[in-house]
Amino acid sequence: MTESKITELVVISGKGGTGKTSLTASFAVLAEKSIIADCDVDAADLHLILSPRVRERSEFRSGNEAVIRSSECTGCGKCLELCRFDAVLAGGPGEPYAIDPVSCEGCGVCVRFCPVQAIDFPESLCGEWMISETRCGSMVHARLGVAAENSGKLVSTVRREARRIAEEEECALVIVDGPPGIGCPVIASLTGSTLALVVTEPTVSGEHDLERVLKLTRHFEIPAAVCVNKWDLNQAMTERIEALAERLGARVAGRVRYDEAVTAAQLLEKAVVEIDAPSAGDIRDIWKSLGLQEIVKEK
Amino acid sequence: MIIAVASGKGGTGKTTVSANLARSMGSGVQVIDCDVEEPNAHLFLRGRKMESEIVSIPVPEVDSSLCDACGECGRFCRFHAIVSFGSSPLVFPDLCHACGGCTLVCPRGAISEKGKRIGVVETSECDGVTLVQGRLDIGVAMAPPLIRAVKSKVQSDGHVILDAPPGTSCPVIATLRGADFVVLVTEPTPFGLHDLSLAVDMVRELSIPFGVVVNRMGVGDDRVHRFCREEGIAILMEIPDDRRIAEAYSRGELAVDALPEYCSHFATLLWNIREFRKSGGE
Repeated sequence: MTESKITELVVISGKGGTGKTSLTASFAVLAEKSIIADCDVDAADLHLILSPRVRERSEFRSGNEAVIRSSECTGCGKCLELCRFDAVLAGGPGEPYAIDPVSCEGCGVCVRFCPVQAIDFPESLCGEWMISETRCGSMVHARLGVAAENSGKLVSTVRREARRIAEEEECALVIVDGPPGIGCPVIASLTGSTLALVVTEPTVSGEHDLERVLKLTRHFEIPAAVCVNKWDLNQAMTERIEALAERLGARVAGRVRYDEAVTAAQLLEKAVVEIDAPSAGDIRDIWKSLGLQEIVKEK
Repeated sequence: MIIAVASGKGGTGKTTVSANLARSMGSGVQVIDCDVEEPNAHLFLRGRKMESEIVSIPVPEVDSSLCDACGECGRFCRFHAIVSFGSSPLVFPDLCHACGGCTLVCPRGAISEKGKRIGVVETSECDGVTLVQGRLDIGVAMAPPLIRAVKSKVQSDGHVILDAPPGTSCPVIATLRGADFVVLVTEPTPFGLHDLSLAVDMVRELSIPFGVVVNRMGVGDDRVHRFCREEGIAILMEIPDDRRIAEAYSRGELAVDALPEYCSHFATLLWNIREFRKSGGE
């Protein structure tokens, strides 16, 4: 099986908190056999529903971090002058300088130009990623370190591992729970995927953010489908959003009603379609309309 | 005082808290929308646009007549944004972090810098509230330089509210740096609790005083409250799960305008933050 045969569904939203993870968990249950990738690496929640048993754990090291050896620092201020990220903390006159690890970009300029070579540049540990078993198949997930950088690279790692396991297990479908926004981790989740499902809500923010995220999917030439969660909160806005989606070249995949059982399912650590929730039927309809079940079955 | 409003989880009500708090503080308040990927505060603080400024980052430009293809720039760059294969180097501006390293290491002075547009900073006025927002261009990966540009408009002698993006990584850190106080907005659900605990770790790492606002009180369970009690974290305000707030929000209306009974809630939030700061976090 070649990599290109794997279908990758990425669930994104632009705006946060619209229900990506609740929908992704339900899709994982409905697919029966898929590989699941949680690419919302700085606020990963899918594990709270799918209760993964970790099989393999790996450190995520990426980039480097400047550290001044204070005993050798002459306090000349060259690093402060050259750093463009405000990461150098000046000591008093003639006192040693220090690097704020949270602000350090890891570019290495200070390391290279320190006149007395007093700056080390160790690799930084940015988090970890795990391969786990769940009731819906294997899952790859991660945890970005506190205040760590390179979330985009960690996303790429999670996706790469998910595709590798899909090949190994001869599984045709990878379902990706993506991050909010349109920046680096979203771009890393999207590029080269088969289909993006954008979950939005019928609010002025949902509408505004959908427009930007659909421009992003178009920019990277990824086919997009849209569904409106809590559609009955504002029906006129739902209709406006669906018209906007079509205008921007996305397919409307369905609507999910406002349903308090979504939170109830979360408390039970279950996907919405695993409990008797009014919105479970809506989610099943969206899953069907995506047409991915055939891909799983063919395999 | 600079108050940052943040949350691990998205959609918990950061913009609701920022905009309503600003409105209840009266005039002379600055709201700085640092969610440059998806800025939303302008949908609720609708005002007259005053100015718009293009933000660029400096990326390298190679003068091939001076370059002798030594490859030093490519060996130096940690981000693979400039690559040399025995010829004049290729530049990949999308990968460039604008550190300026390549211009410094080039032994022939063949590399200069030119601006690459990443987005805009827009300022508007709405009933005494000044809104500054960044808008990242579509397809641009790196938000932090634009967030720094938006924050350069902060007038730290007045009241400033920073509306942060969701999550706990670089864009959030870039937002929170320099804040005097952080309000973490969450909801009483398992996702809300999990992402709150990550956000608490982050704010503690940055050593900024903080408190919690629990939105949509009534859904979920009491685990967020238990967590806050065990960790000694102050709960500054609770916003009930009121469908009327959600409906007003859906239309772009602020709770304090659509439902005047919420004015006192936000006034109390501000009072609680001030008392918290005065007491040194007791």
